[in-house]
Amino acid sequence: MKFITRFLSFIFIPKGARAKSAYLLLLIFIVALFAAAFSFPTYWDRYADKINSAAREIKVPIINKINIPHFYKSPFKLGLDLQGGAHLVYLADLSNTDPKDYVDSMSGLRDVIERRVNAFGIAEPNVQTAEAGGEYRLIVELAGVKDVNQAIRMIGQTPFLEFKEERAQEERDEILEAQKNGERLYEDPYFIQTGLNGKYLKRSEVTFDPTTYKPVVNLQFDDDGAKLFEEITKRNIGKTAAIYLDGAPISVPRVNDAISGGKAIITGDFSVTEAKELVQRLNSGALPVAIKLISQQNVEASLGESAVQKSLKSGIYAIAIVAIFMVLWYKIPGVLAVLALLAYTFIALAVFKLISVTLTLAGIVGFILSIGMAVDANILIFARMREESRAGKSAGQAVRDGFARAWPSIRDSNISTLLTCAVLYFFSASLIKGFALTLALGVLISMFSAIFISRLLLEVLMSDKLSRFKFLWYR
Amino acid sequence: MIPITKFRKLYFIFSGALIIASIAALALWGLRLGIDFKGGSLLFGEFGQKSPSREEISTVLESLDLGELIIQSSGERGVILRFKEIDETKHQQLLIVLNKISGDFLEKSFESIGPSIGRELSTNAFKAIALVLVLIVGYIAFAFRKVSYPLASWKYGVAALVALFHDVVIPLGLFAVLGRFYNIEISSGFIAAILTVLGYSVHDSIIVFDRIRENLIKHQGRSFDETVDKSVNQTFTRSLNTSLTVILVLLAIYFLGGESMKYIALVLMVGIAVGTYSSIFIGSTLLVSWNKFAMQKKRY
Repeated sequence: MKFITRFLSFIFIPKGARAKSAYLLLLIFIVALFAAAFSFPTYWDRYADKINSAAREIKVPIINKINIPHFYKSPFKLGLDLQGGAHLVYLADLSNTDPKDYVDSMSGLRDVIERRVNAFGIAEPNVQTAEAGGEYRLIVELAGVKDVNQAIRMIGQTPFLEFKEERAQEERDEILEAQKNGERLYEDPYFIQTGLNGKYLKRSEVTFDPTTYKPVVNLQFDDDGAKLFEEITKRNIGKTAAIYLDGAPISVPRVNDAISGGKAIITGDFSVTEAKELVQRLNSGALPVAIKLISQQNVEASLGESAVQKSLKSGIYAIAIVAIFMVLWYKIPGVLAVLALLAYTFIALAVFKLISVTLTLAGIVGFILSIGMAVDANILIFARMREESRAGKSAGQAVRDGFARAWPSIRDSNISTLLTCAVLYFFSASLIKGFALTLALGVLISMFSAIFISRLLLEVLMSDKLSRFKFLWYR
Repeated sequence: MIPITKFRKLYFIFSGALIIASIAALALWGLRLGIDFKGGSLLFGEFGQKSPSREEISTVLESLDLGELIIQSSGERGVILRFKEIDETKHQQLLIVLNKISGDFLEKSFESIGPSIGRELSTNAFKAIALVLVLIVGYIAFAFRKVSYPLASWKYGVAALVALFHDVVIPLGLFAVLGRFYNIEISSGFIAAILTVLGYSVHDSIIVFDRIRENLIKHQGRSFDETVDKSVNQTFTRSLNTSLTVILVLLAIYFLGGESMKYIALVLMVGIAVGTYSSIFIGSTLLVSWNKFAMQKKRY
C-alpha cells in the first residue's frame, strides 16, 4: 500500500526531477493501455460495456452519462500458415522467348495470372515474379482460399476465350436452387459451353464503332471456327450469347441473325488501351509463356486456427512463468520488470498491427523468444544496481549508475542479435523472414522498454525512504 | 569467488569430447534433411473415423508410385505422409484414394516442393550463416578495439568464434542423432533457430568479455587470470538467470506450441543451454590459456 500512495503522490504532487519521470511514466502507461486496446479491441469493448452499464445503474447525474466507446478494430495480418491458404510457385518456360523479352514476358504473365486470381474473390491475393539461379518463377499466394485444387486449375488453364450460349431454363433454375444450398458452386447457371474458343481464332484487331466511336475488338475465325460460329448463331437467334475471357463474361450480345464468314465483334465497354491489350493477348495465345507448378504449400484454415490458439496459449504461459520467476528472484525490481514487460508486450503487438507485419508461426516464436530476451536487459540492469548499492551508493545514484554500466553490454549484445536478424531477413524465404522481422522488432522494443520504462519506474519508486527496506530490493 | 579458470582443462576435455562426438555423428549420419531442402511432399490429414493402420494405407497407395513413402500417425485420426515430389494431378488422385480407404478424409496441409527450390534454400542458408559469422567477428573486433592489453582485440573475436562453433555444433550433432534414430527432419525453421543460437551465443560471450574489458581498466595490476575469474563470477548469476528465463519461455513453446514449433524450440533450448555453459566455462577460459601460451613464448 505504501508505495502505491507514494506513487500516487508523486504523480499528483509533482516536485523536482522525479516528478518529470512520473509524468513520463504516466504517459507511457497511457500509451501501453492504448496499445493493449489496439491489440485486443474485443476485450476493451467487453470492459467498456460493463463499465457503461454499471455507470447507468448509479443514480448520479454525471456518472450515469458515462459512455465509453468501442475501440477501433483492425485485425492482425496473419500468414498463410495461420489463416489457411496456398503458396504456389510456378516455373516459367522461357525457352522460346528472346532473352531481351524475359522481363516483359514475365510481367505479362504476372498480369494475366493476377486477373485470373482476382476472379477468386479472396482478399489480397499476391502474385509476384522472382528470379533465382537462372530460373524465372511466378509466386502466387492465396490467403484464405477454400478450394486450392480449383484455384490451381483456374490459374493453369489455357482456354481463355470462350463463346457460350444460354442454358435451358429448367437447368438454370435447378443450379440456382442448388447454389443457394452451397452446392454446385463452380457451375455457371446461365451459360453453357459451345466448343467455340480461342483455339479457332485466326486473328483479332481493334477498330472503332462508326456510330459510337468506341473501340471494339474484331475477331476472325478460321474455317472450322467460322462453321461453328454460324451454327451457334443460327440456333440462338433472338437469344443472348456470351463471350468469356478467363472464365468471366466480358460481353453478352443478343444474336439477331445467323452469321456466316467467321467474323465476330466484341463490343464490351473497353477503353482503347484495354482493347489493345486484349487483342495482344488474343493474338499471342493464352499465357505469354508456359508455366509449370513446381511447389505448393497448402494449409487448411482450421489447422491455422488451432496453431494461433496454441501459440497464444504458449505466449501467455511464457509471460506468466517469466513473471513468477522475476518476482520471486528480484522482489520489487522484479515486479517493475514485469510491468515493463507487459507494457513491452502490448506495445510490440500494437506495432505489429500498425505496420502490418505478417505474423507467421515462426514469427510468433521469434516474438515469444524476444520476450525472454527483453528480460535479459532488466536482469543485467538489476545486477549492476545491486553492485553499485553494495559499494555504498545512495539508492538514486545506484539506479543511475547501474543503468549507465549495464548499457554497453545491452547495446553490444543486442546488436549481434540484430545483425543476425538482418542477414536472415535479406537472405531467406518468407517463413524465416517473419521470424527475423518479429525478433528484430522485439529486440528493439525491448531495449526501449528496459532503458525507458524500467528505468522510469525505478527512478520514481526508489526513494530514499523506501530503499531502506533493503530486503525488498535485493536478495 | 569460484575459481573458474583454474579447472579449465576439465572443461576443455568435456567440451572437446562433446564436439568430437557431434562431428562424428554429423559425419557418420549427417542431418536428415526435410523436404524444404531436398524437395518432396508432405501431406497431413485426418480421417473421419479412427485412422486405418499404416500397412493398410501403404498397400492402398502402392499403385500410385509415390517413391519412398513414410507413414506416421498423428493422434487418433491424423496421418502424416512423406513421399517424393508429385504434380497436381497425382495429388488429386492421391486424395481420391485416401477418401476411398475411409470416407471424409480431410487434407489439413499439403506441401510439394521441387528440387530446384530446395537447392536454392540450402545455398541461401550457407550464405546466410557465412555472412553472419563474418559480421559478428567484425563487430566484436570493432567493439573491443580499445582493449589491446594483454590480448589483442581480435583474439576476443576468435575466442567468441570458438565458443560459437561449440554452441552450434553440439545442437547440430544432437539433430544428427535424432534424425538417425527418431526420423526427425530439419526444416528451414531449423536454420533460423541455429542462426538465432549463433546470435545468442555471441550475445552471451560479449557480456562476459565486456566485464573483462571493464575490469582490466578498473583493476590494473591484477593478473589476467584473476581479472577473468572476477568478471566471470560477476556475470555468473546474470548468465544463468537470463538463460533460465529464455529456456522457461522455450519450454512453454515446446509443450504448448504445437507440432511444427516443437523442434525449433528444442534446437533453441539446447543451443542456449550450451551457449550459457560455453560463455562461462569456455570463451573466457580460452582467453586465459591463450594469454598463458603467449607469455610462455615470450619468456623463451
